[in-house]
Amino acid sequence: MDSLELDIGLPLRSFRLELTLGVGRETFALVGPSGSGKTTVLRAVAGLARPERGRVVLDGTVLFDARAGIALAPEDRRVGFVFQDYALFPHMTVAQNVAYGSRDGAGELLERFRIAHLAEARPGELSGGERQRVGLARALARDPGVLLLDEPLSALDPHTRAALRLELKELLDELRLPVLLVTHDFHDAAVLADRVAALADGRIRQVGTPSELIAAPADAFVASFTGANVLAGRARPGEGGLTEVLLDEGVVVYSVDGAVGEVEVAVYPWDVSISRELPGDSALNHVRGEIASLVILGNRARVQVRGLVGEVTAASAERLGLAEGELVIASFKAAATRLVEQAPRAAGR
Amino acid sequence: MRRRLFDLGLAGATVLALTFLLLPLVAIFLRVPLGELVAQLGSRVAVDALIVTLETNAIAQALILVVGTPTAYFIASRRFRGRALAITLVELPLVLPPAVAGLALLAAFGRLGLLGSTFDVLGVTVSTGTKTAVILAVAYVASPFYIRGAIASFEALDQPLLDASRTLGAGPARTFFRVALPLAAKGLGAAAALSFARGIGEFGATIMFAGSLQGVTQTLSLAIYAQFDLDFDVALSLGALLVVVCAAILFTVKLLPAWTRSSSTSVYPFAPSGSS
Repeated sequence: MDSLELDIGLPLRSFRLELTLGVGRETFALVGPSGSGKTTVLRAVAGLARPERGRVVLDGTVLFDARAGIALAPEDRRVGFVFQDYALFPHMTVAQNVAYGSRDGAGELLERFRIAHLAEARPGELSGGERQRVGLARALARDPGVLLLDEPLSALDPHTRAALRLELKELLDELRLPVLLVTHDFHDAAVLADRVAALADGRIRQVGTPSELIAAPADAFVASFTGANVLAGRARPGEGGLTEVLLDEGVVVYSVDGAVGEVEVAVYPWDVSISRELPGDSALNHVRGEIASLVILGNRARVQVRGLVGEVTAASAERLGLAEGELVIASFKAAATRLVEQAPRAAGR
Repeated sequence: MRRRLFDLGLAGATVLALTFLLLPLVAIFLRVPLGELVAQLGSRVAVDALIVTLETNAIAQALILVVGTPTAYFIASRRFRGRALAITLVELPLVLPPAVAGLALLAAFGRLGLLGSTFDVLGVTVSTGTKTAVILAVAYVASPFYIRGAIASFEALDQPLLDASRTLGAGPARTFFRVALPLAAKGLGAAAALSFARGIGEFGATIMFAGSLQGVTQTLSLAIYAQFDLDFDVALSLGALLVVVCAAILFTVKLLPAWTRSSSTSVYPFAPSGSS
């Protein structure tokens, strides 16, 4: 039984937002590029945006029903909203911010979120992580039935982001409250959420656990959004039950997935190995070319060969003497080569 | 060489402009000894004018704040047909010649005007020669300064803060008093200061509509005009007083930086965002 049931439709600037989803006692992430309508979904749940059609139900209470003419005001909905930049009231102290929506003061929440020592501080004096905790505490002070998080990590610099992602994950797990969050970063969603819905142009493309989306992306958009290389080509049946795909790049690759005609080939960087000579392993697919770019991040190296990004350890990159302009072979298995539909073109585009 | 000449030209023009703007003000203070200026302020006519000015302006500004603030918030936070027209109408008295404003007030509120008899029935005498007339004249010419600045201040508010207040259980009224008003306070203060400065110096509309009766409708500006022929020193001392008051207001405004980012009549930052 879902706590939050959502079935709404409304026109946005260049497309229509149409979506149906249910959120139980879990953290549910809507992921999509900016401008895909994610924030509007949260605003519709909170009563800050009014859908044209549909229903929003929270714990059996109808918050919105277009046909019945029901549209509760934001202040009458038991919804906790954490805004993108937290939207803390700059003229109030931390304690006043948290107490704003509460009937019984801020004390207990300040303790719980470890911000009691900041009670008299103004939001302008806080670090990103502290602001996040104040924003969460303030939203929870109302005892909401659902917590909405709008890009909870985007206001942070990359340095604090990784640490706060884990901290937020722990906080959300402790809450045991339905959480609907939106983010443009699949990595954030994968860490924070139990289930993920990929949203593009106002429509959900796929719903599943983060690993389900990676294991079987529904289309090229989801594949690319979850971090895969996506290459276009033409598929036809090949030998041994494999599918043969002639990539637009001119290379032939094989996949265990079946498909005929125009397809997109999705390969995740961690399934691509880089070598100097043809490898002796079972990898069937090889792309030869010069290294277009080589980026070393910590102990990983991202190597780009003809539109294909492969990830190897920095150690092996050094052992192979990889450098930009060097001729190498990028190899990947037929089983790691997923064939997906081309992303449907949005209506009205 | 040529560049130096150009720089000299710029500097020369600046000195000329500043001198031209400041010289008359300095002259007021140099013409009569300072002690004499202060002494003249004790004269009957000066005291009466000061009292009339403060009394009428205090009431007029209170009315402007009480009616103008909700008006500005409404215009800034709502999208409605004729919104741009409403903003333009608010600004109309700004460009109207004061004499026309006084004439218009007479036509509307004077004893023989459009609403004059209505006001008589209500027991309020508005017609020429009353303090009420002065208050109306001041409110008419000064309120656009306040409302315009207040609209800009409310428009500059961060929409997510107002949204956050709503999602935290505060209705529109509580959101206005606890979030919008305190955050716009600086801008509202600056707008009120400008409106006050305009009201203090009001002349044209007042003399047309209210007349210039000492102790009743004769404000400082009107007293200067009246004393101009009778006692130039009194006129000068009243002028000096106004210079000081207005300069003080200007410096106050300058110290309130919120005023500087402002002034659009076409954007709708309160409007629900369309996408993302």
